[in-house]
Amino acid sequence: MNTLHFLQHYWWALVSLLGAILVFLLFVQGLQSLLLKTAGDKASKDLVVKYAGHKWEITFTTLVTFGGAAFASFPLFYSTSFGGAYWLWMAILFLFVIQAVSFEYRDAAGNLLGTRTYEIFLFLNGALGSFLLGVAVATLFSGGSFIMEKTAITDADSPAISYWTNGWHGLEGLLNPFNLLLGLVVYFAARTLALLFIISKAEQNQVPAFVEKCRKQLPVVAGIFVLLFVAFALWLCLRSGYRSIDGAMTEVPFVYWNTLWTRPWMLAILVFGVIYVLFGLIRQLLGKGERYNFYWVGTGVILAVWAVLMSAGFGGNAYFISNYDPEMSLTLANSSSSLFTLRVMAIVSIAIPFVIAYIAWAWRKLR
Amino acid sequence: MDSLINLSRMQFALTAMYHWLFVPLTLGLGFIIAFMETRYYRTGDEFWKKMTQFWMKLFAINFAIGIATGIILEFEFGTNWSNYSWFVGDIFGAPLAIEGIFAFFMESTFFAVMYFGWEKVSKKAHLVSTWLTAIGTNLSAVWILIANSWMQYPTGMAFNPDTARNEMVDFWSVVFSPVAINKILHTVTNAYVLAAVVVIGVSAWFLLKNREQLLARKSIKIATIFGFVSLLVLIFTGDGSAYNVAKVQPMKLAAMEGLYDGENGAPLVAFGILNPEKDICEDPEVAEDPYLFEISFPKMLSLLATREMDGFVPGINDIIRGGYEFTDREGNTYIEPSFDEKKAQGTLAVHALKAYQDAKKSGDQAAMDQARTILDENFQYFGYHYIEEPEDLVPNVPLTFYAFHLMVSLGMFFLLLFVLYFWAERKNKLENQRWLLWLGIISIPLVYICSQSGWIVAEVGRQPWTIQNLLPVNASISGVESDHVLTTLILFGVLFTTLLAAELHIMFKQINKGA
Repeated sequence: MNTLHFLQHYWWALVSLLGAILVFLLFVQGLQSLLLKTAGDKASKDLVVKYAGHKWEITFTTLVTFGGAAFASFPLFYSTSFGGAYWLWMAILFLFVIQAVSFEYRDAAGNLLGTRTYEIFLFLNGALGSFLLGVAVATLFSGGSFIMEKTAITDADSPAISYWTNGWHGLEGLLNPFNLLLGLVVYFAARTLALLFIISKAEQNQVPAFVEKCRKQLPVVAGIFVLLFVAFALWLCLRSGYRSIDGAMTEVPFVYWNTLWTRPWMLAILVFGVIYVLFGLIRQLLGKGERYNFYWVGTGVILAVWAVLMSAGFGGNAYFISNYDPEMSLTLANSSSSLFTLRVMAIVSIAIPFVIAYIAWAWRKLR
Repeated sequence: MDSLINLSRMQFALTAMYHWLFVPLTLGLGFIIAFMETRYYRTGDEFWKKMTQFWMKLFAINFAIGIATGIILEFEFGTNWSNYSWFVGDIFGAPLAIEGIFAFFMESTFFAVMYFGWEKVSKKAHLVSTWLTAIGTNLSAVWILIANSWMQYPTGMAFNPDTARNEMVDFWSVVFSPVAINKILHTVTNAYVLAAVVVIGVSAWFLLKNREQLLARKSIKIATIFGFVSLLVLIFTGDGSAYNVAKVQPMKLAAMEGLYDGENGAPLVAFGILNPEKDICEDPEVAEDPYLFEISFPKMLSLLATREMDGFVPGINDIIRGGYEFTDREGNTYIEPSFDEKKAQGTLAVHALKAYQDAKKSGDQAAMDQARTILDENFQYFGYHYIEEPEDLVPNVPLTFYAFHLMVSLGMFFLLLFVLYFWAERKNKLENQRWLLWLGIISIPLVYICSQSGWIVAEVGRQPWTIQNLLPVNASISGVESDHVLTTLILFGVLFTTLLAAELHIMFKQINKGA
């Protein structure tokens, strides 16, 4: 394994980890999705906004850093996916803009649009934002309708190196059942974590009736989450995909299962993730360790998503398949930054544990 | 194609300008708040805590919308400038990622502690969090400004014909480029001046209303000193900026000054009205005067641009025609090629790239080597291949010229404002000078206009280039249909304007409420 090959995989693993942490942190969106119905009265709403309001910046920053890291390490993905699936990403961005202001503006005097509007903004971000992020991530497996030709830059009349082949620019992904399934998995994961988060704070909670409501809702929401995740995992393992073999894109049946199976450490991460999730949920259903089940399930979600995302790109897999022409698909090898840049970024990444440490400190202090 | 380019530019400009409405206040106010809290920490006086919390509330209202517009900017590099993202992503992406890892997490994490943690962490930990929030917001600006400076002065990279993109070869050259250092200092001190003027303006309003007088006077004292020192650095780095622009973007300097025909001992226009009839490359016999009216300082533009009273400053026409002696930032002196010559070289480079890739496909190493040599020899003008006509090389002169002069004039005005406030505060005469208090309030919109003008000079003045000489806007865009970009442009326009209105309304209410 040469250095470039190693660093491409190192960065794919890191970007995947950021994506996995982002999915866990979407519990903030899960909280917001409770706003319009579950948290019906003012006290419950205030509580939800307070909990989400203390944490939303970390989720937001993780999303931004996920984008920045993807740009720095795999600029061709950034260029092809964002420039092509224009509407899908724009929809996500709109939903995150309206979230960012709503916590501060919701209760502020003179907020012009009224408290209810900002609550709707938060709800939309919570429900649709998490769902659409899941749909966007699903395109790593289901691909996109793009043409990508790096040499197009030499054509002065039409220098764009990538085009989407239809006018829907990513919205057509909403018609793909696989994408929809992952969107729903992410939404229900966020909501499950949100309910667990509220329950974990039951001792300091001023609105016990709301916590009770969350407890009652959890088995249904968590049950749907687990069922959908199992369905997704099975579908993923049964899917065929493309892999770069001897310089040509070759269709490989069960490609993601094959990637996991041939890398026992990756499969182990996935298995441990699932075990953690189930352990946390079962403990919760048995009424044990309420304060910590959020962290058990959260850790499980991070591990499971991390393994799933890594499987998209490892093993020479095409992690962004061109459904127009598979030869144009993106792999870690053909879409990454140069060895020099990846090396610089790898040195920078040494600081990540330090960043995680101070976030953990702040999290603990603001509990 | 043209409408797509212009709409993409408009959308990016709209987002950047809205972003820059909110960010400068947080950059400067962060340090002002940190200083106030330090006073609280040292004295234990509750007054300083109350004061810190008042300004912190305004900081928080502003902070969220700054973050919101920031995320759009980052992702628009991909959505609207996808060619750019690949062509230079190997270099440009790194500062963005480092900004995320080092700065965003720092500011957002410690902002939460600063804002919500008064009762949850120790006094010392809270103070440290406030300082780290201020440092984090400024670090964030540093990295994005490094990235921006690199676009204006590409350095530390090499073109790789195998991947058809530029690749980083010297990280420190990107980070410590002289253009970047000057730009960072100039831009953040501009933000400090803005924050200082806002603090003075809000405090002046309190004094006019006979409210929060102690808070207002103390705030004015801090803001005046902070603003004055920042403005001195701003002026000093402004001079450095002009020098850098003269060396690396001479067309921008020519547009800033409305200079069509260069000369030795060129005057600096202090105030002027441009002649709308003026055009590029006119017949000298019938050429229009570039100004309808102007007041100039003799030889000062030459001094600014070349550090010599009689140095030659090229005008727009000279840059298009070439043929004059030019010394670049590295000290190399050469005869500047004309637009036609640069375009020919750019075309040679692009064709050589195509030939290289064709030769690579057919496995012809000799042809690859030959194409590579031609590419390397002509690469410095690669982007000229995409520029059709000489006039496409010229940025919007009136916009750049007026924005530049407005920025400089307002900068001088703020120097006077700080001196007046410093004097009045020292002499205990602030409350009696109602005109001065009103001047402070009026200065708030003026400082925003000044700050925005600076961005217009920097960004409009460098058109048509996204990467100076290497990639123009028409070769940087995504393959999206223009009506889609128009739709998102309208949506962003409506959303940002609505949120700005809400933000201002909340700010006014909060200020009215007092500490």
